[in-house]
Amino acid sequence: MEIVNYFKPKTIEEAYEKLQEDPSNLIIGGGAWLRLSSKIVNTAIDLEYVGLNKIKDNEKNIEIDAYVTLREVEKHESLSNLFSGIVNKGINGIMAVALRNLVTVGGSIAGKYSFSDFITPLLAVNTEVVMYKAGKMSLEEFLKFRSKEKDIILKIIIKKEEVLGYYYKMKKTGLDFAVINVGVTNTAGYYKIVVGARPSLAAFAVKAMEYINSQKEITEEVIQKTSKIAIEELKFGTNSKASKEYRIELAKVYVKRGLKEVTK
Amino acid sequence: MKIKMTVNGTKKVYDVAPDEYLLDTLRADHFYSIKRGCDNSSCGVCTVLMDGKAVQSCSILSVKAEGHSITTIEGHQDEAKKLSEYFGHQGADQCGYCNSSLALTVHAMKTEIKHPTNEDIKEYLVGNLCRCTGYEAQHRAIKLCLEDEE
Repeated sequence: MEIVNYFKPKTIEEAYEKLQEDPSNLIIGGGAWLRLSSKIVNTAIDLEYVGLNKIKDNEKNIEIDAYVTLREVEKHESLSNLFSGIVNKGINGIMAVALRNLVTVGGSIAGKYSFSDFITPLLAVNTEVVMYKAGKMSLEEFLKFRSKEKDIILKIIIKKEEVLGYYYKMKKTGLDFAVINVGVTNTAGYYKIVVGARPSLAAFAVKAMEYINSQKEITEEVIQKTSKIAIEELKFGTNSKASKEYRIELAKVYVKRGLKEVTK
Repeated sequence: MKIKMTVNGTKKVYDVAPDEYLLDTLRADHFYSIKRGCDNSSCGVCTVLMDGKAVQSCSILSVKAEGHSITTIEGHQDEAKKLSEYFGHQGADQCGYCNSSLALTVHAMKTEIKHPTNEDIKEYLVGNLCRCTGYEAQHRAIKLCLEDEE
């Protein structure tokens, strides 16, 4: 990425105003993935001084500001005790500590990266995204959200619930992007199945979820059928990491394992 | 654009481009202990400490370090020397290209985790690649060094 100007606003209003000034202006997160882009940016806007750097932990939710780093989230004790630790597990698989000290929550969500190991577990639990202008929406809505006007992510809100969770990232080497990642949760008998890095962006296996959530008892047969429905409804593809066929086989296995894990 | 930061306790002013990386800024200022490796956050040889935390200087813009305190191995000689002796005894040292970043990463780990377990050490060093030693000897050396410090 080529950056012409760099701006560190003091307020969110200032940041928003600058963001609208030029179509190429953008909010910069930790900046770790800038090398992946060949864009020319007139002004990169850094939210360091805006004050979006806190994690608020209350009875119902954990609210994480956009400028909090992934390492800070990963080390957050309360979060590591929730959802069988799947959010922390997802983050833990992202490159090295030295990179996770840079990468921010806002940047990781805003990029809607298809290889994201953060979005998949967050989708599997109850997560909302709060934007400066568009307001609050579910993470699922945010991933589909398109607007002509550029906006700023202020924070994410993770609802504290009794959730049994499973997350698995299949990767070829320790520091690699996911070949596929799978998140499965069971919230008081309601199952969610998310498959990411297919190689497209993480998505719910909606039909598979409908099927399993309509069953009175979760048997081996039900799990097998749910997994089959999931791989039939989700779109898989080929890229330099793996073929479509390999991804389908992996997803089938990890969805099954996940369902077994959260049904215990 | 002009930015201010502290490097190894000395106040510095650098004139940088908005898209210049900290690795380039510091090496241009003769901090050659910071190595250029993969240039894409994979190998860890460019690791420095920013406010005591390990960061990969190939992946952070120099402007992001404005107002922060940077430590390279040049500012960390005593502790690095001690660790290097353990590296030597355990055969954890060959070309030495990754040693500076490893020493800084170990320091960051000690600051963050009081009594790191074997798993903590492995997890913390995951981003520091070494083409020579195979990691076992390094792991042993770090563990022994930490044990002796305690």
